[in-house]
Amino acid sequence: MITVSNLSKSYSGNTVLKIQSLTIGKGQSFGLVGNNGAGKTTFFSLLLDLIQPTTGYIKSNNIQVDKSEEWKPFTSAFIDESFLIGYLTPEEYFYFIGDLRGQNKADVDKLLAQFEDFFHGEILNQKKYLRDLSKGNQKKVGIVAALIGHPEVIILDEPFANLDPTTQIRLKKIIKELAEKRGVTVLISSHDLLHVTDVCERIVVLNKGEVIKDLETSEATLKELEAHFSGEEFA
Amino acid sequence: MIKHFINLQWKQFFRSTYWQKSVALNILLIFFGLYMIVSFLSLGVVLYPLLQKLFPDTDPFLKVNSFIFQWILIDLLMRFFFQKLPMMSAKPLLTLPVKRSSIVNFILGKSSLAFLNFLPLFATIPFGVQLIRHGCPTDQVITWVVLMFLLSLVINFLNFIVESLSSETELSFLPIILVTGTLYGLNYFGVVSFSTLISNVVVSIVENPVLLIVPVLLIVALYFINFKALYKKLYIDNSLKTKAEKVKTTNLEWTKRFGDIAPFMQLDLKLIMRNKRPRSSLFILIMGLFYGLFFYMNPGMKQGIVSFSIFVGVFSTGIFLINFGQFIPAWDSGYYKLLMSQNIKYEQYLRSKFSLMIVSVAVMFILGIPYVYFGWKILLAHFAAAVYNIGVNSYIILFAGSFNRKKIDLNQRAAFNYQGTGAVQWLVGIPLLVMPMVIFVVLYKLVNFEVAVAVICLLGVLGIVFHQKLMKFITQKYLDSKYKMISAFDQDN
Repeated sequence: MITVSNLSKSYSGNTVLKIQSLTIGKGQSFGLVGNNGAGKTTFFSLLLDLIQPTTGYIKSNNIQVDKSEEWKPFTSAFIDESFLIGYLTPEEYFYFIGDLRGQNKADVDKLLAQFEDFFHGEILNQKKYLRDLSKGNQKKVGIVAALIGHPEVIILDEPFANLDPTTQIRLKKIIKELAEKRGVTVLISSHDLLHVTDVCERIVVLNKGEVIKDLETSEATLKELEAHFSGEEFA
Repeated sequence: MIKHFINLQWKQFFRSTYWQKSVALNILLIFFGLYMIVSFLSLGVVLYPLLQKLFPDTDPFLKVNSFIFQWILIDLLMRFFFQKLPMMSAKPLLTLPVKRSSIVNFILGKSSLAFLNFLPLFATIPFGVQLIRHGCPTDQVITWVVLMFLLSLVINFLNFIVESLSSETELSFLPIILVTGTLYGLNYFGVVSFSTLISNVVVSIVENPVLLIVPVLLIVALYFINFKALYKKLYIDNSLKTKAEKVKTTNLEWTKRFGDIAPFMQLDLKLIMRNKRPRSSLFILIMGLFYGLFFYMNPGMKQGIVSFSIFVGVFSTGIFLINFGQFIPAWDSGYYKLLMSQNIKYEQYLRSKFSLMIVSVAVMFILGIPYVYFGWKILLAHFAAAVYNIGVNSYIILFAGSFNRKKIDLNQRAAFNYQGTGAVQWLVGIPLLVMPMVIFVVLYKLVNFEVAVAVICLLGVLGIVFHQKLMKFITQKYLDSKYKMISAFDQDN
């Protein structure tokens, strides 16, 4: 589904991301972990053509993302609050995204109905603008909006941060289902090793912009990741 | 502590993309400032001989004093529209060992150093020198100059109180206009002679310098009121955090008529209705509508009324276009990344804004039809101006938008943010207004009125004919600067 080739991004000579090659298959749940500044958000931004690569390219479904915009219909993302429109209510926001993705109100309502327990009664019919919701609730809106319109690639940056434990568990279930049952390629990044190993079939560790580990998730993965991040491995 | 604050402000100013990107604009502002200084200086120099010539029977000093009341009103109005309380992002400082009072003192102290406070000195000092040369006692003149400076400070602090009060209401600039208008009217029609009153106060202070304590006390009192008000705002649960607004929903189904741009039209309309700052461009419509009256009712303008009609026309039919248009696409800066990664066509996005602007021009023209009272030529000129706005200015402003790099924070989380844009906003409108005016006046003087109107119309029609081509060109411009805009809108300043 996604092929990365000779990709790098530098800011005034300072390389922040450098990936020789990476292939992510269709329907794979892909996890990206790394410390701050490892290049996770940079990678996602490149994937969404929000920044320009210094060298190389990313192809999504054989479409080079910085050359053509044809990847947009089947890709959706929630990176941060700047993906929300503060002066809309959650419903209006969902319908707006639906409009952009060719879904009518009924389609969107049908999708939203599936997420009633995820919303926990705090999102719909609250008569509140998005800017007045708490960070956690804003995140819920952003994540669900990214599921509108049957995307084939979903990109979520730090989806677990700011969420309460109940919602985290529900979100994990949602992500697993997307990848397993519907063949959606889900890319997530997280600082929480436990969540990522729970959800993702494959985990890539970034350090200072380079891929240093590429693991198929198994029983041993969590231990290995913990050992890596506590620095024991280097000793 | 103050050293730290100054350091922070300095960095905030020079490290923002805005400063780096718009050096030209800053230079323009500096020139504007120099122009004001020169104007005031010349006023100060010629004032004495001028008054002597115009009013040979009165003492020029007393004559000047009788105008102080008008000066106070005008100064207050000017400041209300152009001067804003200096902003500082106070939230990060609250948890640090910084006294709240020193934050407030710094902000207020900084405001007393504003350019506008020192501007009158350029006029009062040369005038004072002439007074001394004509035999006024030196100590009295010095008292007078000091008093004038103190008055500037009084107005300075008074203005912030007015601003903070009116920023909480919807029609923010109406109360101040009403109050100053009423005061002026009472004075003008001789109901209460504030002019004489203030003139007498000034004279008595000049004769007893000890009384200078009165304005000083007034400043202290105003400072204290400001201090109290700002201090209260420095708690997170007050102004730093926005109150949850009640949701207003409106049925916008009618936008469906516009076809594929309907979602964006709805978004734009909600943007305007639900956010304070774009909403103010709606109230400005009223101002634009009545703007022509100032010109056409003025008996002194009888001669140049036709020459000015095109200017009035462009301004009043295009006021929304200028006001709203110049911040495209910055209105959407808060969620620009979303728009850029969504399944949208840039052309649709721009066409929605474009449609909104031309609808506003058409509506303003129709509402302005009663101006025909002042002559059919006026109406014809307004029509030409409306066509010109639709066919030329709308594209220019969209095109200029592709250079826009300044984020607008619709959520207004910043403290002391009265969301005013200040003088810069109007500078952008100048080329849009001046260009048609120059073309029109030249043709009007050289050929005749009909040709001038026809040419202005023709320019507009040309723009409408080449709509597709122009939009394509502009869309490409936006696409070219996509990455730059995304990164600039990501910054907070």
